[in-house]
Amino acid sequence: MAAALFTALYFVKFRHRHVIFPGEHPAAPEFTLTDLQGGKVSLNSYRGKVVLLDFWATWCEPCREEIPRFIALQNEYGAQGLQIIGISMDDDEQPVRDFSAQFKMNYPVAMGNAEIGELYGGILGVPIAFMIGRDGRIYAKHVGATNFATFEDEVLALLQKPAGDSKLMGP
Amino acid sequence: MNHSAAFLSPVVESFAGQVSIILLEGKPMRPFIRLRWVCCSLLLFCAGIAGANQASLIADTDLIQAEALAKIIQSPGRDKPLMLQVGSRVLFQQAHIPGSEYVGAGNTDAGLQALKKRVESVPKSKFIVIYCGCCPWNHCPNVEPADKTLRQLGFTNVKTLYIGNNFGMDWVQRGYPTAKGD
Repeated sequence: MAAALFTALYFVKFRHRHVIFPGEHPAAPEFTLTDLQGGKVSLNSYRGKVVLLDFWATWCEPCREEIPRFIALQNEYGAQGLQIIGISMDDDEQPVRDFSAQFKMNYPVAMGNAEIGELYGGILGVPIAFMIGRDGRIYAKHVGATNFATFEDEVLALLQKPAGDSKLMGP
Repeated sequence: MNHSAAFLSPVVESFAGQVSIILLEGKPMRPFIRLRWVCCSLLLFCAGIAGANQASLIADTDLIQAEALAKIIQSPGRDKPLMLQVGSRVLFQQAHIPGSEYVGAGNTDAGLQALKKRVESVPKSKFIVIYCGCCPWNHCPNVEPADKTLRQLGFTNVKTLYIGNNFGMDWVQRGYPTAKGD
């Protein structure tokens, strides 16, 4: 039964559609944080790239489930201009270090705080992910666990969108 | 604190992957990525079954709904419960129920020790409300251990605030009283 379910899911998802985001989009608020290696993580330094900004925590099960998929996305599309940034909302850094090492996270991870939470409209629950285009504007916000296919479709669409075009990508 | 909607008005917002915006035909995902996603989903499905626990173990009779709690804390002269946030400090600093205290994450030894210490001198009959709202109810790792700990300590009037999605959606965005800071 499970096999049938997932076979059906596979074919349904194979017809998944690209998402088109009409209208203007707000600029993603700039921030600078320190990553787990002691380096600076500044959103501005990624201008020209597509950024998937993931607010997560090690104690959040849906967040943990998304991490391997983000690692796969970074591997697959990093060379084309995707940059994933993880902002942990954990209280303590050590569990984040342990998790990052265990899962071999291949993108910058920084400890978040209330200030960046408020900058992004209040991160009052995790996971919350923002899709930011090459132009530094926010195109999507996902609250809660989100289909991998949705993330990948949005990444693909935003990668095709030039940095100077703040309107939407076409089909 | 209900500013996220205005902040993101032209932006796609989704909850749990349910995107409600214009959809147009596009090219399908690459097959091998799709296959990897299917395998990953299968594993996560199995993991989800194995990990189905936590907050859902709390009996319905031991829950309090947001509307009921909001009425209690807004009623002048009424005895207020001791309200303890047992989730994340960063989330608490951004928004919490006025009068509530952050004690530590209920899924950690340190958090449970802090909880025990906080209620050391509290009468066992005191009305205590614990809450978290870090993530969807069935995934919250914090409230059930905190609830269990308080009951093991002999507290007889403990309720857990039911937060189905997260604190932002189920408390702040519904307009209930909210405070910021430590």
